[in-house]
Amino acid sequence: MSNKVIEISNLGKQYRLGQVGTTTLSDDFKRWWYAFRGKEDPFLIIGDTNDRTKKGSSDYVWALKDINFSVNKGEVIGIIGKNGAGKSTLLKILSRTTAPTMGEYKIKGRIASLLEVGTGFHPDLTGRENVFLNGAILGMTKAEIRNKFDEIVDFSGVERYIDTPVKRYSSGMYVRLAFAVAAHLEPEILIVDEVLAVGDAEFQKKCLGKMKDVSGNGRTVLFVSHNMSAVNSLCTRCVYLKNGTVYSIGDTAKIVETYLSNESNAESCKVWDPSVAPGDSVARIISARVTDDKGLTIDHMLRDQKVGIEFEYEVLQEGHWPIPNLHVFNGSEEYAFVSVENELEYLSKKGKYRSVVWIPADLLNDGRYVFGLALTTMKPNVNVHFYAENVLQVEVIEDISKRNTSYNQRLPGVVRPQLNWETTLLSD
Amino acid sequence: MADMKTEPDEEHWDLVVKPKSSLFTLNLAEVWAYKDLIMLMVKRDFTAIYKQTVLGPLWMFVQPLFTTAIYTFTFSTSAKLSTDGIPPILFYIMGQTFWNYFADCLNKTSGTFISNSAVFGKVYFPRLVMPFSVVISSLIKLGLQILLLMAFYLYYYFTTDQLHPQWTLALLPAYLLILGVFSLSLGILFSSFTTKYRDFTFLLTFAVQLLMFASCVVFPVSMYSEKVQNILMYNPVVSCMEAIKYSLTGHGLFSWYYLSFVLLVTFIFLIISVVIFNRTEKSFMDSV
Repeated sequence: MSNKVIEISNLGKQYRLGQVGTTTLSDDFKRWWYAFRGKEDPFLIIGDTNDRTKKGSSDYVWALKDINFSVNKGEVIGIIGKNGAGKSTLLKILSRTTAPTMGEYKIKGRIASLLEVGTGFHPDLTGRENVFLNGAILGMTKAEIRNKFDEIVDFSGVERYIDTPVKRYSSGMYVRLAFAVAAHLEPEILIVDEVLAVGDAEFQKKCLGKMKDVSGNGRTVLFVSHNMSAVNSLCTRCVYLKNGTVYSIGDTAKIVETYLSNESNAESCKVWDPSVAPGDSVARIISARVTDDKGLTIDHMLRDQKVGIEFEYEVLQEGHWPIPNLHVFNGSEEYAFVSVENELEYLSKKGKYRSVVWIPADLLNDGRYVFGLALTTMKPNVNVHFYAENVLQVEVIEDISKRNTSYNQRLPGVVRPQLNWETTLLSD
Repeated sequence: MADMKTEPDEEHWDLVVKPKSSLFTLNLAEVWAYKDLIMLMVKRDFTAIYKQTVLGPLWMFVQPLFTTAIYTFTFSTSAKLSTDGIPPILFYIMGQTFWNYFADCLNKTSGTFISNSAVFGKVYFPRLVMPFSVVISSLIKLGLQILLLMAFYLYYYFTTDQLHPQWTLALLPAYLLILGVFSLSLGILFSSFTTKYRDFTFLLTFAVQLLMFASCVVFPVSMYSEKVQNILMYNPVVSCMEAIKYSLTGHGLFSWYYLSFVLLVTFIFLIISVVIFNRTEKSFMDSV
């Protein structure tokens, strides 16, 4: 007997674009007529793949198609993908709020879904009443809730307000109580959709900890998120959905990297068409590239090499004082730092300019970096003339043999500056 | 898929979800597993509705009292409609009490999918939990309103000699069951249709109003010619209401034939409605 707790085979979901949900009256009749004659549904064979950026030829779209994978007991599976890749549709089908159009899936054990916290909370009821109601909606019995009630209240930290109607709660308290109920569900399989993106930092930490506990107890978790660091720290395996199909599946670290480099629009060199170039009436960007110290465009670099971010722009109007600035993010989309040019007087004159900013060697960590370029007037008022987000990228590679330590794993951190150490022997 | 077939698939799966289930997969065991939720929903209906009111549950009595007063004035004092030999006030309050039970169930269950779409879209539980809880809370409300009815009934029982209770009163639970099942079936049928075609919400609003007049709530069936009576009695609401009136007062039409007919029809209707409801619940989120 295998360890599988979820097995998904050939799962697909079709939607119809436009006004009515999935179908029209005349299509209903057509379907019915085909079914009556024992033929296959005529609309299942047509339909485009789900790419919202392209205009398709058919009104029917496969939000999900040919999904095949299985999940073992105790695994924490991350489901990642761009908006519209089919993540939510997959969760909806797995949590049985909608039925698939084709294929099937099988499940072992009790399954609970957390697509939202506080489902069914009634504003007029007190915290206590809502804990019971919400718990029952999520599939707990009254006795189970009663046993865990103190724990739930304790976890939420809203003990003082437990007999107050939840409409008087602050939004944070509301969410805390709601998550507390959900966190004390004890299903064998838990489906979670980005509910962690709520509450303050302390509470988020608590939630992540609780999720880890859940998976530690041998329970299976399906976790959908855009937060790559949460996915990284929680999930053992990842499913990367793209346009409604499984693009790749495997180790979290590998899949997250594939995802980020795949979905990124950043390049190592970019020239804008003047009609679409980011900018306003004061200034407009012309081109940008990543260069090495010899002026060559590069897409990867060694960590002990310096790298230049160069961009050209045109100032179209006198009387402003635009200052170029650079925004640096690492591969997990975490902000690394910002760098701003000095306030140069001649930038207020009309004309084309080129700015290069040099990032010194031994500052960036290994991995991918993404750059955003901006031109901003700082005084008298802050006014952003353009901000070209995520336009450039570079892959930083480290020659581990050159490290000053024998530790050969990746060192964490958004940057890794070379710092001076002074260590002295104080006594023998 | 190929290698899946080579290994003997004898694993036990608790749940297998396919695009379409067979017509009669009515999983009552699953609904039973959620009995706590049903009871909590009933409790919610009562606690939430009277929050921030001064009179609280007393409102349950205010409404039938005032309506009865108006009906007595309009239909009895002004229009001089017959009340079948029952004191007018008692006649109207009786009609009110049982009609409200029916209309309440119908109105609320017909909104099952639309008004709960926010919850249904996020969590799965047997959708029938919602209409069931509505019927139970309406039944409790009816129970309380029957207390009011009893007060009037006892008053007239001891002050007049117009009331002659019959042994068929023992079947009151059966009449209420028929009324409840009928409104539930009608309600969930409507709620299934409204997920796709909102026209049914408009239809229902005035249909309930019209049905009240077709159900002889404010005047007795005996007002009509025998021919019309025979048609009206096929309406489960009419035959049940008449049976209740007859059982309580000895006035009204009581017919085993019509009662067994509506009992049969109501349960067939229930099965059809539940099948349609189940087909709708699987993917109504796509069209709601």
